[in-house]
Amino acid sequence: MSTLHTVNKSPFEKRSLDSCLGYALEGSSVLLYEDAVYGAIKGTSLADKMSSAAGVKFFVLGPDLKARGVSEDKLLDGIEIVDYAGFVKLAADNDRVQAWV
Amino acid sequence: MSENIKKFMYLNRRAPYGTIYAWESLEVVLIGAAFDQDVSLAFIDDGVYQLVKGQDTAGVEMKNFSPTYQALGDYDVTKLYVEKESLEERGLSVDDLMPLTYEDEDDDWAEKDSIRLVSRAELAGIMEEQDILFSF
Repeated sequence: MSTLHTVNKSPFEKRSLDSCLGYALEGSSVLLYEDAVYGAIKGTSLADKMSSAAGVKFFVLGPDLKARGVSEDKLLDGIEIVDYAGFVKLAADNDRVQAWV
Repeated sequence: MSENIKKFMYLNRRAPYGTIYAWESLEVVLIGAAFDQDVSLAFIDDGVYQLVKGQDTAGVEMKNFSPTYQALGDYDVTKLYVEKESLEERGLSVDDLMPLTYEDEDDDWAEKDSIRLVSRAELAGIMEEQDILFSF
């Protein structure tokens, strides 16, 4: 049984990503899209919190990264880039989706 | 200089694309530029993301309005204050931003940087000198 958590708000403006990390259990997936992709960048004030989420797999939506000028080499280690089809597949492969809108 | 010239500052605090604020601000700045006021822009909090270089919106089917910032110099909008602390919190440096310049008519049209990196304390002081603040 696994859950896909999605976050779309900037972690520097809203607490959605923080709330999500408090609920994301081992084995769950977290997909960052729209303004939440800024949370996937290394060297930020919340990078430590992201890195310490144990057993959680992070994904980020590629088209939203590109729109915001965030190149792949800026991402934290272990984050997988997906496209829109990958978003759909994640939703299908998990038992449920929790959207932290 | 007319006595009616006021100091206008546009304060940008939102990332582009996720909401309409950044684009709306740019539209108002360009409209306001026709009124010959002393205009400056400030980028703090998520607003610093507006100036990040290499934006490519083809995949999200939205208009990439980032090239418009390069036109601001032609409208005599030449003071773009970027707050250092906001950049640092987001793992960014001025090298991650678009190079934005203007030609200084009072200095033989020398090309100069529009982006002025300032500390939070410095920007607070600059805001205190303004007649009008617009928030986006």
